[in-house]
Amino acid sequence: MNIVVLVKQVPDTESPRKLKSDDSTLDRAAADGVINELDEYAIEEALKIKEAHGGEVTVLTMGPAKATDSIRKALAMGADKAVHLVDDGLAGSDALQTSYAIQQALGRTGFDIVILGSESTDARTGVLAAMLSERLGVPQITLANKVEIDGSAIKAQRVTDYGYDRVEATLPAVVSVVEKINEPRYPSFKGIMAAKKKPVETLGLGDAGIDAAQVGLANAATEVVDFADAPARAQGQIVTDEGDGGAKIAEFLASKKFV
Amino acid sequence: MDVLRVDDRLTDEERLVRDTVRGFVAERIAPHLAGWFEDGTFPARELAPELGELGLLGMHLRGHGCAGTSAVAYGVACRELEAADSGLRSFVSVQGSLAMAAIHKYGSEEQKREWLPRMAAGEAIGCFGLTEPDRGSDPGDMRTHARRDGTDWVLNGAKMWITNGSVADVAVVWARTDDGIRGFLVPAGTPGFTASDIHRKLSLRASVTSELVLDDVRLPADAMLPDVKGLKGPLGCLSEARYGILWGAVGAGRSCYEAAVDYARTREQFGKPIGAFQLTQEKLAWMEVALGQAGLTALHIGRLKDEGTVTPQQVSFGKLANVRAAIDVARQARTILGANGITLEYPVIRHMNNLESVLTYEGTQEVHLLTLGKAITGLDAFR
Ligand SMILES: Cc1cc2nc3c(=O)[nH]c(=O)nc-3n(C[C@H](O)[C@H](O)[C@H](O)COP(=O)(O)OP(=O)(O)OC[C@H]3O[C@@H](n4cnc5c(N)ncnc54)[C@H](O)[C@@H]3O)c2cc1C
Ligand SMILES: Cc1cc2nc3c(=O)[nH]c(=O)nc-3n(C[C@H](O)[C@H](O)[C@H](O)COP(=O)(O)OP(=O)(O)OC[C@H]3O[C@@H](n4cnc5c(N)ncnc54)[C@H](O)[C@@H]3O)c2cc1C
Repeated sequence: MNIVVLVKQVPDTESPRKLKSDDSTLDRAAADGVINELDEYAIEEALKIKEAHGGEVTVLTMGPAKATDSIRKALAMGADKAVHLVDDGLAGSDALQTSYAIQQALGRTGFDIVILGSESTDARTGVLAAMLSERLGVPQITLANKVEIDGSAIKAQRVTDYGYDRVEATLPAVVSVVEKINEPRYPSFKGIMAAKKKPVETLGLGDAGIDAAQVGLANAATEVVDFADAPARAQGQIVTDEGDGGAKIAEFLASKKFV
Repeated sequence: MDVLRVDDRLTDEERLVRDTVRGFVAERIAPHLAGWFEDGTFPARELAPELGELGLLGMHLRGHGCAGTSAVAYGVACRELEAADSGLRSFVSVQGSLAMAAIHKYGSEEQKREWLPRMAAGEAIGCFGLTEPDRGSDPGDMRTHARRDGTDWVLNGAKMWITNGSVADVAVVWARTDDGIRGFLVPAGTPGFTASDIHRKLSLRASVTSELVLDDVRLPADAMLPDVKGLKGPLGCLSEARYGILWGAVGAGRSCYEAAVDYARTREQFGKPIGAFQLTQEKLAWMEVALGQAGLTALHIGRLKDEGTVTPQQVSFGKLANVRAAIDVARQARTILGANGITLEYPVIRHMNNLESVLTYEGTQEVHLLTLGKAITGLDAFR
């Protein structure tokens, strides 16, 4: 089984994040980079599938040079090898372009399953799975919290607002996961030591067969025209319980139409 | 705050070790620590396999199931463990740097094969018995002895203050023989060998400390560690463990400092946060300085260790300086927290009490002062 897991490096949600004033893109140098949280679940799921069915797990990351930190961690968790798509020409790419670039890179790795997080914590478009499966012409299973492989069939349980969907598709397929799917492992120290020796292939635009005119900030289909800080959170309302606390809570919830 | 940003000098691999231990400790261990400390327990049996799975046990040793990381990576791990509790770090130190290191350095191939993989996995726990009820700083004068009986050895004596003693599957016991001090591997359950816990400690409460009694304990010839004779055997292991302590102390201090900074920002008196008073800021500034210096000292000694040039005097320097720094920081932090500083709701008094043990074990402060004093003057003031 050729399993490719898409791993994005994002700014640590615990450090202050900001957009650059000159081109309205994310200031990736300003904050510590970490693996997008949901992608850790994607990595774990990829490793589980490999442990159950054999095969190889390849990490695919598009991002600046410092994303190697995140690649290293994914390898330390147990992935076998990595492809790092890095080129100044990719900077500022929007979701449409990102999905194109990743599609091209997938052309080099091949795949039976592409696993990715259902959303990144920095851009949060949550569209990559859909765009990729459309471009690749393969089934998409999104928001999966359970995945089972049975020969060439993939069965999954999707989380929805009303409960679960059980869906089935044939491989190859694109699967995006939610955090309920598993408990990501910590990289073991043996894994950390072994990661140093695992192959990381670095691809530029030319290597991946990416048309420079279709990627990068200047060619993006979307543009950030303005941004502003989120308004400071208003002081909460404190209600003192004078024997009528329960009634007051119910009143409050009703006023907000929660009950 | 971390003005010097010492960690920027870590390699990717060392940072990954740091983040892994930090994450693991925050998720699996930190929430329980105050409770363990209060109850005077440490669930060594349950935790050991988890610590082993990560690769923390004997992580800096090579082969036999050990990860073989750099000395700095090991130090960083000790720092993150001790930021949670000195008892947790002690467990890992004793297992990896004392018991496993003794077998790794001085054991036969058979002894290594029998014990190291299981100890690395946390399936077997080890302890290290050097100190005795009547011999602490002067272990060369130990009373415990081993005599030959045919090809067997028969051990008699007692060891005191032994971390992991009653939970250990194997005790590394140092005993005098006609031929000088030798190390022996004593499996738990060997007739005549008993371990009982020391209670009523007010320090390192989340750690098992025991007394070992050896009453005509009969061991086969191959229970002896073949490759070392004399006091340099146990001292060689202690130097490893001290190295971990000089990193660990930085973690304990940092944890107190963070609690103090947080408290100083949010606690209000006289109409403003106590952090806005100059006296509080002075305390915090000195704490920042002390921890920055301790962090630099640790990294410097770690790099020397990885180069293979570190000396015992340098390790003594680090243990002396960094444990002192951590104790000073803990005490200052305690004052900033006011009355809250004496409760287990905050980590400060727990660290402060723990550090009293750290000051004493692995060579007391006085012993390290004498070591440096001897190096400085060329005069031995030990006796
Ligand atoms: C603040 C901000 C706002 C943005 N707004 C928009 C916008 O409105 N429209 C737009 O088109 N673009 C936008 N972008 C650009 C966006 O960063 C890229 O398009 C991004 O690479 C893909 O979108 P996403 O991260 O939201 O993907 P999502 O679909 O949210 O991510 C899902 C998964 O895709 C995988 N993945 C995503 N990116 C990569 C990568 N580079 N390498 C490997 N795997 C990856 C990960 O597994 C991830 O969990 C914005 C960027 C920022 C910083
Ligand atoms: C929680 C805990 C866990 C421990 N775990 C272990 C373990 O796992 N294995 C193990 O073998 N030991 C262990 N120890 C023992 C520890 O190493 C000893 O306590 C330490 O070496 C000091 O010995 P002592 O307590 O007998 O003090 P002593 O040696 O009696 O010293 C008492 C005081 O006299 C001072 N002193 C002694 N000699 C001199 C001198 N020449 N000049 C000036 N001052 C001097 C000392 O510095 C000290 O202040 C542990 C101790 C504690 C508290």
